[in-house]
Order: sequence, then C-alpha cells, then structure tokens
Amino acid sequence: MASAKSRYWIALILVVVCVPLFVKSNYVLSILIVIGLYAIIVQGLGLLMGYAGQVSFGQAAFYGLGAYTAAILATKCDWPPVLCVLVAPFLPALVALIIGRPILRLREHYLVLATLGFGILAFAAFNESIALTGGPSGLTGIPYLSIGPLVLDNDRSYYYVVWGVLGLVILAVANLTGSPIGRAFKAIHASEQAAQSAGIDTALLKLQAFVFSAFLAGLAGGLYAFWVTFVGPSPFGFTASIEFVLMAVVGGLGTLWGPVLGSAIIVGLAEFLRWGVPILLPKVGGEFEIVFFGIIFVLIMLLRPQGILAPGRPSGMSGVAVKEEKCSG
Amino acid sequence: MGAEGQHIQYLISGITLGSIYALIALALVVTFNITGIFNLAIGEFVTIGTLSAVTLRSAGCPDVPAFVLAVLIAGVIAATMERAAIYPARKASILTLIIITIGVAIALRGAALLIWGTHPYPLPPFVDTAPIALWGAVIIPQMLFVLGLAVVAVMLLFAFFDLTYAGKAVRAAMINRNAARLVGINPARLSLLAFVFSGMLAALAGIFIAPITTATYDMGFMLGLKGFVAAILGGVTNVKGAIVGGLLLGIIEAFAIGMLSSGMKDGIAMMVMIIVLLICPTGIMGLRIYNKRTGSWMVWLRQKVGTGSR
Repeated sequence: MASAKSRYWIALILVVVCVPLFVKSNYVLSILIVIGLYAIIVQGLGLLMGYAGQVSFGQAAFYGLGAYTAAILATKCDWPPVLCVLVAPFLPALVALIIGRPILRLREHYLVLATLGFGILAFAAFNESIALTGGPSGLTGIPYLSIGPLVLDNDRSYYYVVWGVLGLVILAVANLTGSPIGRAFKAIHASEQAAQSAGIDTALLKLQAFVFSAFLAGLAGGLYAFWVTFVGPSPFGFTASIEFVLMAVVGGLGTLWGPVLGSAIIVGLAEFLRWGVPILLPKVGGEFEIVFFGIIFVLIMLLRPQGILAPGRPSGMSGVAVKEEKCSG
Repeated sequence: MGAEGQHIQYLISGITLGSIYALIALALVVTFNITGIFNLAIGEFVTIGTLSAVTLRSAGCPDVPAFVLAVLIAGVIAATMERAAIYPARKASILTLIIITIGVAIALRGAALLIWGTHPYPLPPFVDTAPIALWGAVIIPQMLFVLGLAVVAVMLLFAFFDLTYAGKAVRAAMINRNAARLVGINPARLSLLAFVFSGMLAALAGIFIAPITTATYDMGFMLGLKGFVAAILGGVTNVKGAIVGGLLLGIIEAFAIGMLSSGMKDGIAMMVMIIVLLICPTGIMGLRIYNKRTGSWMVWLRQKVGTGSR
C-alpha cells in the first residue's frame, strides 16, 4: 500500500519535472505557471469549502493583498525578493484573522455576499490608494526573484519554483486532512451542531481554515508579483474570485487533486476559448467568449455538481453526511 | 449653489438611484421568498432590457412599444433561464444554485458583449423638458419618471398581492412554501412566475435609469449588486424592507460620494452591506425599538406581505 502510494507520487513528480524539457513554447509554460499559482490558491479554498464547509467569494482580495505586499516591500523598502515572498502571505492571513470571526458566523447566501462584498471593497481599495499601490496604473519595477547569484528571470525556472511550492502545499494539505484537525473539519462539514456537541471548537477551526486559505492566496500573490514584475489591480477583481470558487467546485471538493485539476480545466478552457472562438466568429471583438464559459459552468453544475474527482453525492454547503468519521478534535 | 442646496441635491439624486435599487431589491426578495434562490444574474436583466430598448428605438420603433417589447424580451430570457438552468437543479445544494446563477450571469454578459460591444449607448430622456430648479437643487425630469415608476410598480405589486388569486397564492408561498404546496399551489409554476417577474422588473428599472446614466453591456453588474445590498439592508425576506433598504442605500451613497470621494462609489455600498451583515444581519427591519407604553422591545417595522390582511 505504502509503496504503491510512493510510486504514484514519484511518477507524478517525474511528470512535473520533465514537462519543461518537452515544452519549448513560452506560452505553454506561462499557462502552466498560471495553473500552478491558481492551484495554490484553490488548495486553500478547497480546504475551506470541502472540509470546513464554508465558502469565500473574496479569495482574489487575499491574492491581491499578497501580491501588493510583496511588490511594495520589494520596490519601496528594497527588501530581498525571497524575503518578500516569504513575508507577503502574512498580511492576508492577518486580515483574514481579523475579519474571519464575524464573517464566518454568517451562513449560506449571507456568507457568499459578505465575502463577495469584501472582495469588491478590496478591489476598490487597490484602485484608490494610489500613493501605495499606484492605482489603476499599478506598480512597476519589481525585480526578478533571485536566490543569491541565481536570478529566476525566465518562465522555465519560474515553473519549477511555482510547481515546487505547489508540491509543498499539496503535501501540507494531505498531512492536514489526514490529521485529527482534518477529521474535525470534515465533521463540521457534515454537521456543525454535531461537531460542536462532540466538543469541537467549530468557530476556531473555521477561522483557522479561513486564515490558512488567505495565507495560501497571499503566497500565490507574492509569487505572481515576482513572475510578471508588475502588479496592477485587474487580476484581483470579482471575476477572479468567482473563478477560484469554480475551480474548486469543478475539480471536486474534499479531494487532494481536485484543485489542481480544476485550475487546469478552467485556465485551459479560458485559453482554448480565447484561441478557438475568434476562428469560428472572426468578426466580433471583445472578450465575448465568456458566453461559452458561462454556459459550460451551468452545464457542469447541472450534470456533475460534486465536481469531477469527488465521488458520489454532491457536496456543498448543504451539509451532506460524511458517515464514517469520528472526531477527537 | 449653497451648502443647503447641495444637500438637497444629494438627497434627490439619492432617492432617484435608491428607487432603482429598491426595484431591483424587490425583484430579488420576491424571487428569494418563493424559490429560496438569490438570483445573482439579476443585473444582466437590467442590461438586456435596457440595451434591447435602445436597439428597438434606433430601429425605428416608437418609445413605448420599444420599452414594452424590451421588457418582454427580458421576461422570455428569464423564463428560459428558469426552465433550462434553475428548474433541473432545484434539489441541488445552495452553493450549486448560486454558481448556476453566476454562470448564467456570465453567459448573459458575454452575449450582451457579443451583440452590443463595449461602447456606451445613450438613451434620450422620456420628455424633452428643461431641468427644474428647486430650493437651489436641480431636478432632471427623468428623475420624476424614475420615482413615478417606483411608486406605480410598488402599488401594482401590492394590489396584485392583495386583490388577485395568483397574488394570494404567491403570498402563501412566500409565507410557507410547504404549506402552500399542501393546499395545491404549484411551486414549479410559481418559481417560473417569480423569475419572469423579477427579470421584467429589473429590465424596466434599467430602461428608466438609462437616460440619467448610460447604457453599457456591464451597467447591470453594479446595479444588481446594489440591489442585493438593498435587499440585505431590508432584511432579505421583507418586501417593505427592500423598498426602505433601496432608498436608504441610495441616499447614503449619494451623501458619501458627494462629501467624501467618488472613487469609493462602489466601495461604500459594499461597506454598508458588510456592516449590516456583521452588526444586524436581519437588516433594518430587525431593529427593535423600546415601547414606553408597554415597557417592552418591539420590532420596528413589522414583517407583513401585502398591504391589507385579514
């Protein structure tokens, strides 16, 4: 059992390591980097949604907060890039810690709208605090990530950084979900009252999941800032937050590989539509390919609401029972 | 313009925009009460209705038929949405349904972009009268049309709830869905009715506000979102609350933009929403006042559907 599992891991690592050897195009590499970055965010969101049973439509705010923190530390305080990436996730995590307890008291539609409102508020703040963030024109002059004499200024090396970090994140999530904390999360998802009566501090656990998801989003944000070396507000808007939720759901909630698959599907689909739709309808401009995007989401939700990797019954905020788990939290 | 005139100006534009928020909130609240679904695609119906009206007008259709036709188009699309996407998933989890309405919203916004492109379209005011000066403030005649629409729509809605059989069925379903079903009210038909009604009301709101703002493919997004804020402010399930919440939000926003900065325009509504959700999630309708006569705390505005009840 253990050896089969480790063989499977080694095969996966080999695939990830070998991909850049065969992929020559920078375009494909940059898509793979984006998938990696989003997968880091969606791992956190997947933990929040699939295990703790909460939802956040404001993850792009934490992503942006991480990116801006890293960018400002690097350009205005001249901190070394690696330190910036390591420090950046702590600000979004802190914000999540502050807003988490009151926000997570809310349920269902209220939670959706509160997190969505937070995301829009943060987006407005990115646009408006011009002295700090550069407003709509953004922050330029961010250096490349460098470790000693090694400067990571090409997509190939950055691919390894992002997917390396993603690997560590997956390892951490795998350990977490297998631990008593992970089982307590699942208990909250199944029934919050039952978990509470079993002595689990549900409020604290939900807060921890929320802070962890914000931390991961901030981590991806910091990595993003040093990859494109420019940070503007546009990638951190409302649409991005929605896409993260879709990635988590499409991949399958409560699964380890769902977030990676979901990110790959959504990013791949967006790129495919951007490339394919103008060939079919060459005359019209604009980003109207989102029309197909929307239709595909609706179809996925109608046909397979539990996502691709999750087995059996749909899971979501409805609290579908997770039978065999007992918690000692 | 003196400071006082300026405040009156803020108040008037706040009430105008607030009426639009109130109408959208009304559409949301009625749908939510009947179906249990928050229709996050509501803003797209504002867009589609308005831009259809613009197109019909420029094709030579006179004003009133163009507006009626545009509202009907929104109604047909809403019906299609309910039948194709909501009805098949009516037993799914809330998150699934939320994502479905978001998916529909994205698809509709893409369709609007495909048909109308990104440039703004002007819609001329309904009448060509000069602005009216009043206590140092300026009233654009179109504002009066917006207020009129809000008053007429609310009165018609309440008359429908009170005087017609269908309205009573809707009220029954709003109070208790299962009990309504037990006495033979068909929930599937009501759900369809609710979506069509909300789509048409949203389209109407868009057509009336467009001469003051402009019509673009993404005009509905923020209007829809503010409709949500208004609905939350009013307590989500409360019809009267939606109206009060919409007006209140419009006024708060107008004063905040006028006195602080216009950059945070959309941020203010979100801030209002988060504050309400955190401090008083039942909205202003959940606020209690101390009644000196009876010596107890009472709900400020009693939740009641319709005007008269027996």
